[in-house]
Amino acid sequence: MDLAVSLRSAVVLLGRFPALSGIDFSVERGEIVTVRGANGAGKTTLLRLCAGLAALYAGEGEVLGCDLARTAGEARYWRRKVGFLGHETRLYGDLTAKENVEFAHALCNGGNSSADRSTVATAALSRLELPVRLHRERAHRLSAGQQRRIALACVMVRNPELWLLDEPHASLDVSGRECVAGIIAEASATGAAVVVVTHEQDIYESEISLQPNLRTVTLAGGKVLELQP
Amino acid sequence: MIASLRTIALIASKDLRIELRSRVVFNHVLPFAVLVLILFGFALDADSEALSSFAPGLFWLAVLLAALLAVGRSLALERADGALDSFRMADASPAAVFAGKALAVFVQLVVLEVVLGVGIVVFYGASLEKPGLLVAAGVLAAAGIASAGTLYGVVASQLAVRETILPLLLLPVLAPVLIGATRAFGDAFGTVAVDGWSWLGLLGAFAMVYATFGAIVFGPLLEEG
Repeated sequence: MDLAVSLRSAVVLLGRFPALSGIDFSVERGEIVTVRGANGAGKTTLLRLCAGLAALYAGEGEVLGCDLARTAGEARYWRRKVGFLGHETRLYGDLTAKENVEFAHALCNGGNSSADRSTVATAALSRLELPVRLHRERAHRLSAGQQRRIALACVMVRNPELWLLDEPHASLDVSGRECVAGIIAEASATGAAVVVVTHEQDIYESEISLQPNLRTVTLAGGKVLELQP
Repeated sequence: MIASLRTIALIASKDLRIELRSRVVFNHVLPFAVLVLILFGFALDADSEALSSFAPGLFWLAVLLAALLAVGRSLALERADGALDSFRMADASPAAVFAGKALAVFVQLVVLEVVLGVGIVVFYGASLEKPGLLVAAGVLAAAGIASAGTLYGVVASQLAVRETILPLLLLPVLAPVLIGATRAFGDAFGTVAVDGWSWLGLLGAFAMVYATFGAIVFGPLLEEG
């Protein structure tokens, strides 16, 4: 079993409050895991822990073969292979849609030429069905759904081995949701592990629901409440 | 090394591009700095000789006050919408990220100094005697302010009261720059009888210390964010 994420009795504190209290969680490469739970159940904290953005207080954990307890400096390398879409879009409002994606690509794959970055950015935005005329529009002038697509394009161009998506369907219309479902399925098919936090029921009626490697984890109070299948 | 230089250029060009488009520095910071110069002029209006002799100090006070806005703006770009996490997730050298942010602030400060330099000639009647000294002091002081400002800007950005705490953290630290640059400019404008060149050492050392220190601690500070 080739695990992309393996957490054992993992504890994460937010202040003095345990956001995750001794959680056991694993994701295989090529697997899609949807994470559900009420507000405050620990879903976002789980993603941030897997992304190396939250510190492991107790327990053990490995992500992409690297120990989460290792120092920040050593953690930098594996985080490059993780694509994290949080609640925030992390876009620069005064850069165009395409410039935002090019910047995300250049930050992670600095060696590429500007022509390569342009090609990759255009392809990612087109894959997310953002009309070409909007590629050169400043991000702050676009709708929340369009900004969400740009943010997802920024994740795509990193070619992550582990996708961590926090409510990727937020603000998206039906076609956008189908598009995201397709991208998740494609990522899984190429061997990447995908963790999707969602409140949306329709993800279980989308293309993802047809995936044989789909699991659902329900969190409550920072612990795993239910695991399906 | 090449990767780090590329990251520095990438981040600096991104920040400068955003500033050129948003025009915050041109429309807000520069007018603010010019306004400060004019208000100093009103305060000392009766004595044009005093204005001319105080011009170097007033110039650097205006630069420091405007630099607070420029530094705050530089970090606000990354703080807004969780953009700092992008740097944490990238395999980019924190030192290069720091240098890129500081370089963008440096360029803005140099532009600010040029405009304010013209301002003190026009408003205060200052006359330039040693242009080489003026340029050297301006560049070294801008490098020091940009380095210390970016470093303390990141420290302040971790706090809920970041807008109000930044001046309290940064202005005392920049006192050596204010003193050294004012002396050097005083010599360059012929308003004080000191050897302005000797103050360049202080300005250079300050810039070097904060550039080095910032490059070292920026990574841990970023991780705390």
